[in-house]
Amino acid sequence: MTAIHIQHGRVIDPANNIDRVGDVYIVDGKIAALFAAPEGFHADTVIDATGNIVCAGFIDISTRLRDMGHSRKATFKSETRAAASAGVTTMCLQPDTRPVMDAASIAEYVKDLAEKAGYPQIYPIGALTQKLEGAELSSMLALKQAGCIAVSNANAPVKNLLILRRAMEYAASHDLLYICRPNEFSLSNKGCAHEGAIATRYGLPSIPEAAETIALAESLELAELTGCRVHFGQLSCKLSVIKIHQAKKYGLNVSADVAIHQLHLTESDMIPFDSAYHVLPPLRTEADKKYLRQGLASGTINSLCSDHQPHDLDAKLGAFPETESGVSSLETLLPLMLRLVAQNDITLEQGITALTQQPAQILGLASGALTVGFSADVCVFDPILEWHINSDTWQSRGLNTPFWGQSMTGRVTHTLQAGKVIFSL
Amino acid sequence: MYPNIQLNADGKLKHFLSIEGLNQALLTEILDTAASFVNPSDGQIKKVPLLRGKTIVNLFFENSTRTRTTFELAAKRLSADVLNMNITTSSTAKGESLLDTIRNLEAMFVDMFVVRHAISGAAHFIAQQTAPHISVINAGDGQHAHPTQAMLDMFTIRQHKGDFSKLRVAVIGDILHSRVARSEIQALNTLGVAEVRVIAPKTLLPAKVETLGVTVCHDLKQGLADIDVVMMLRLQKERMTSALLPGESEYFKCFGLTEEKLHYAKPDAIVMHPGPINRGVEIDSKVADGKQSVILQQVSNGIAVRMAIMAMAMQHNGASV
Repeated sequence: MTAIHIQHGRVIDPANNIDRVGDVYIVDGKIAALFAAPEGFHADTVIDATGNIVCAGFIDISTRLRDMGHSRKATFKSETRAAASAGVTTMCLQPDTRPVMDAASIAEYVKDLAEKAGYPQIYPIGALTQKLEGAELSSMLALKQAGCIAVSNANAPVKNLLILRRAMEYAASHDLLYICRPNEFSLSNKGCAHEGAIATRYGLPSIPEAAETIALAESLELAELTGCRVHFGQLSCKLSVIKIHQAKKYGLNVSADVAIHQLHLTESDMIPFDSAYHVLPPLRTEADKKYLRQGLASGTINSLCSDHQPHDLDAKLGAFPETESGVSSLETLLPLMLRLVAQNDITLEQGITALTQQPAQILGLASGALTVGFSADVCVFDPILEWHINSDTWQSRGLNTPFWGQSMTGRVTHTLQAGKVIFSL
Repeated sequence: MYPNIQLNADGKLKHFLSIEGLNQALLTEILDTAASFVNPSDGQIKKVPLLRGKTIVNLFFENSTRTRTTFELAAKRLSADVLNMNITTSSTAKGESLLDTIRNLEAMFVDMFVVRHAISGAAHFIAQQTAPHISVINAGDGQHAHPTQAMLDMFTIRQHKGDFSKLRVAVIGDILHSRVARSEIQALNTLGVAEVRVIAPKTLLPAKVETLGVTVCHDLKQGLADIDVVMMLRLQKERMTSALLPGESEYFKCFGLTEEKLHYAKPDAIVMHPGPINRGVEIDSKVADGKQSVILQQVSNGIAVRMAIMAMAMQHNGASV
């Protein structure tokens, strides 16, 4: 029996309507009790959380950890270490791995790599179509049985709406969640920046909002037609928030997330031709940012994700349109969430909910809360600790963050996964 | 905000990548310096020893005859040694990266790169990556900028019109894909013209084009009213097949510049074109070769203006202008 005692922290657990200072007791990897020690409790480890916040570990619906065919960019070892240092205890892995996550054997291999990295709570997302080519259905049931938590076609197009319809029907038959990053490829047309003043000034191939909103509208219609549960990932525009709001009001079983950087950066923040700002969907306008923040506050947007995409230096070294898109973002997830709280756009409770309870609910996981009996996935963080992003503090192999060199407020001090301390500052 | 790596600590030109970030005084200095290279009696361009012993590499990742030739002539008139590299058929075809190409040339003691590349931001990227003593001149990058073309056009406009402040300039045609248009608009606005008007169908205008500081018109006849300078843009033939336009004949009917349509502009309006011309597509031969056309003067002026820019950018490296 191992027992951990987290003392004197401010325990925030929105799922159980808790926000008070007190202690958390963990026995054999599970939450044993809150505020009062269970009978016969004797701590092996004591964590002093005075002045800190204690909440459930964060659940990140969209990450890429590279490895396998991309180990030059990052490895499970480097990225799970980064995740642990960021308070993230559960990660979903996008299916555009190399090889593509379209076979049970690959899912099993990933689970194995995760175990070996000492970070078992990685859930692969299965490919919706074979090789993500958008033409033939993947073996979704086998993928599910091998541990895939959902299916998605990641950033690759599905050839036509008939194939998408069939894929969604088939996913629904096996009660699989379909995760969709809405993008109409004929409209995004190899663009690399938001279609607006900045792309116009710098002559960058651009992506209109309609590339997202049209694809979103199609998938909403198909959700109605097929009864498939759909989660929309990494929304970037105002009209998407409005459409999700309407769909939920209408009664569709859909949810949505936003990547944390979309809530902080706009096209105007881009340093021209600085590839650190090359992300997909692209950074949009102030109005979009504002709407996304409001959508998060109102619950139209359910959750926050990092959309972590570590890259090697070469991938970002070149003329902007030729560089690879994506931000290394696990480690900025918490401080950027806290920045939203500091700017009064959401409450701390809402921010924590969006990182814990909401993604757990979307994925159907019995976690994301400090409920007695749940696996002890816990994050302890200092909400006012200032730190700098530099090579001493940064854990991810990917240095591709537009926030490099900047100061952040809020830092994780301890991360526990299934009752095991996987990070302490 | 454009990080101004173009200027050194003293505010002098080091790279010439874009008009953005350069002020009116500096643009005027370029025009004045260019004028000083032209012999006032016969218009010939003197050979000067300003860049003797310097090595300039014309690094062209995209084909161009005229731009490369005038850069080469300009460099030779400055007494520099010139190396022409046509990379489309050279190292990148062998899988060498852009950066490796640059590093290898640097190792050969080069002083300046004149870069043309099909991707927006390429010249900027090279300027950031090169050794500190090397200057980079953008000879056209993707759809971003072609600032030396803009400056030779400003030089030509000044020759004919003198003062910029009262001028109304129309830029006509494929603004969307045009690096020339973007640089022209910035230069004209920096030099303080009264109005820059873009005339094109919506398919050839970028989003939020008005944020570039232009007024927008979709009708050529209407748009030419009160115009002092008519700048035509080249229309690439492949735009017809990518559903941007219905066809050449309809385009010529709507936006092709004919003598009849030119009458809608001011009687003393000049007609410009960065070349190469598609006769009968964006401009009628009678106009291109007519008395209001200054198209060939633009080409001649390219030499003096490029000399001025190269010499000024090399001041930090020992050249005195």
